[in-house]
Amino acid sequence: MSFLNSLINGHEGGLKTDGLTPTQKVTLRAVIIGVLYYGLSALEGMMMRAHAITPLPMLDNSHYFSVMTVHPIVGIFGSTYLIVFGAFTFLVPYLMKKPLYSIKLANATWILIAIGALMAWLGGFIFHYAPLYTLYWPLPVDFSQFNAVGGLVFITGVALIMIGTLGFIYNIFATVFYTEEGHEKRPFKPLLISALGIDGMLNILYKMTGREPYAKEPAVSLPVVAIFRGTIDTFLDALVILTCGILILVYIIGDLSGASMDYTSVNALLYKNFFWWGLDLIADGLVLIYIAGSWYLLAMLITGKKLFMQNIARAALLLELIVSWAVWSHHLLADQGQYNMMKLVSGEMVTAFELVTQGIAIFITLVTLWSARPLKMSNELKFLLGGILGFMLAVPAGIIQADMGLNRILHNTQWVAGPHFHVAILVGLTMTLYSAIYILWPTLTNGVKLYSQKMASYHFWAHLIGGIGMGAFMGMAAMDGMLRRTLYLEGEYQTYMILAGICGLLLLSAWVVFLLNVLMSIGLKGLLGIFKKSKLQTKDLVPQEA
Amino acid sequence: MTDSVDVLNMLKLVYTLYTLAVISLIGWFALGVVNPKGKPRILKPATFYTYVGALITVGVAIHIVTFNKIPWVEIDFKRDSLKAAQVVNITIEDHKFMLPSPKIELKCNEYVLFDVTSKDLTYGFGIFRQNNSMVTQMQVVPGSKNDLMWKFGKNGVYHLRSTEYSGPKGANMYIKDVFEVKGCAEDDKYSQKGGSL
Repeated sequence: MSFLNSLINGHEGGLKTDGLTPTQKVTLRAVIIGVLYYGLSALEGMMMRAHAITPLPMLDNSHYFSVMTVHPIVGIFGSTYLIVFGAFTFLVPYLMKKPLYSIKLANATWILIAIGALMAWLGGFIFHYAPLYTLYWPLPVDFSQFNAVGGLVFITGVALIMIGTLGFIYNIFATVFYTEEGHEKRPFKPLLISALGIDGMLNILYKMTGREPYAKEPAVSLPVVAIFRGTIDTFLDALVILTCGILILVYIIGDLSGASMDYTSVNALLYKNFFWWGLDLIADGLVLIYIAGSWYLLAMLITGKKLFMQNIARAALLLELIVSWAVWSHHLLADQGQYNMMKLVSGEMVTAFELVTQGIAIFITLVTLWSARPLKMSNELKFLLGGILGFMLAVPAGIIQADMGLNRILHNTQWVAGPHFHVAILVGLTMTLYSAIYILWPTLTNGVKLYSQKMASYHFWAHLIGGIGMGAFMGMAAMDGMLRRTLYLEGEYQTYMILAGICGLLLLSAWVVFLLNVLMSIGLKGLLGIFKKSKLQTKDLVPQEA
Repeated sequence: MTDSVDVLNMLKLVYTLYTLAVISLIGWFALGVVNPKGKPRILKPATFYTYVGALITVGVAIHIVTFNKIPWVEIDFKRDSLKAAQVVNITIEDHKFMLPSPKIELKCNEYVLFDVTSKDLTYGFGIFRQNNSMVTQMQVVPGSKNDLMWKFGKNGVYHLRSTEYSGPKGANMYIKDVFEVKGCAEDDKYSQKGGSL
């Protein structure tokens, strides 16, 4: 079959979109847009990488920092949120063995997030609005540096993302609790106890006191428990970001209407605490919980076996949720106005528990895989191992910087951006998402064959080496004092930046190859067909005959 | 006296070894889990609990070790009760550092308090060596007390840089050779200018 034919029609007939259910389509739509936004974020990343090697003439300071501002918005919300929400929109009903609560709401969710991410991007691209994702007060309302209209576009975009997020949250919770037509009434209490994972703790307690288990067969499967718990953090995070967004909007509207307000009315340190409490629920809350749940699910699907130490895993997820509410002070270890006791307890000690909770998830997943030896080295298995490796590297890097002694010389350096969050996001999180995409691929496409296994293997190795390598060279630059939000114009760290740039190119090439492989598999016709209305009038997740 | 170069060198060594160990572990696991002769094996719960105990130990030990080995942690905790031999007051406004004098001489092996005030945005206050490696830093938040107490143990000339982003106008908040430490028995080999200021 010729290249052009495969590109248009797909591999061995490609994707037959007439046979896709509405739930399959809405999942694929969110994932595809998320993968495209990943590419945009990767391109922005490469622009900044190139600028760090040698200043690019087309990037002045305001443009450079606006790219830095929208890069995480596009990467986290436009890409990761869409892929994760898309996957969970399918997985929750799939694991609960009932239809999604609302397909319309699921469609509204991805559309709102996609439009919101685009608006936030335009706020940076057109208006150079550049307060960075940290939005430290009063920078977002500093209209001597930023155009208020740009702020309006950017903040409205972020607000749309959060509204879409609330839609996702409602759909997930409703799917867990609602009783589908024709089914006997599902009691609320056991579902809630199980979804919160309390039954796992009760099982451990009952066992310790010599009683029969509280629930032999929990009402909600372990991955759904993880999704449910992570979604609680997603909700709290959305509320905090929306609140800050409204505050900023009030000032923006005040400025645009000629009634500028005094920004000192808001205490910058208090605001910083509030904002980081919410923002950190992403990094140290929902991401870690969703990831643990995804690993458990992937391990069970790959091995076909039950999870090792299931009750402990359920209990650990509850611990992770509570830990995630109390760790934000590690972002304020360099703030001398922050109480030392808060730095010590929240910033250091409680944060260190993430080593434990994430360590438990890694251990349980690996032991479950080992219990099913020998396994085939499938794409989903290799990406899962890559994802685990990413968090094994990034979580300790985070624990190291969440130390009052080390933070004094690591805060705001490339260490934070490189070995910690880029390795966590690119290697840990993204490789786990790729694993989920590969394992769900046959179910979501009704069995479309992958165009090239060689391309899938290149995707894996280039992404893994690129991600770890980029983080490593950024970390080395940090050891030599390189800050993460500072422009160096005299070639101070050029060698490290060239090496990090090469690794960044590997990452970008991995995405291009992955995208091409997907496109050649489903075909352009298949790709466009995903965005057309489903011809199947069914709430079933997959076609009956599939 | 331990300084940031010593700490960062140790961190570089430890984290590099850790990275290599973890990559090797996952590589070994990947080979083992697909080994056709490999047999399924379930671990005993005792192994799991030992592992969890080890994680808790490591998580706590990191902070205990740094508290005892990194000198500035204790100073930071006690800075309210320690008497500074020298106070350096700095104000930042409109993306500019306003220094008490263009060059500031700092006492060796004495407590020096940097009291920095922001009149508008959130900035950073960072001291850097001639080779650009960091000596120390803090955030400078408007409306808050931003005081950093430090003890310098080596002679050298240091730069001042904002370590926090404060908008595109703050991209060049960098002043070379602001601080000079004199009177120590040892020189900071990464911060020598050749001659005094």
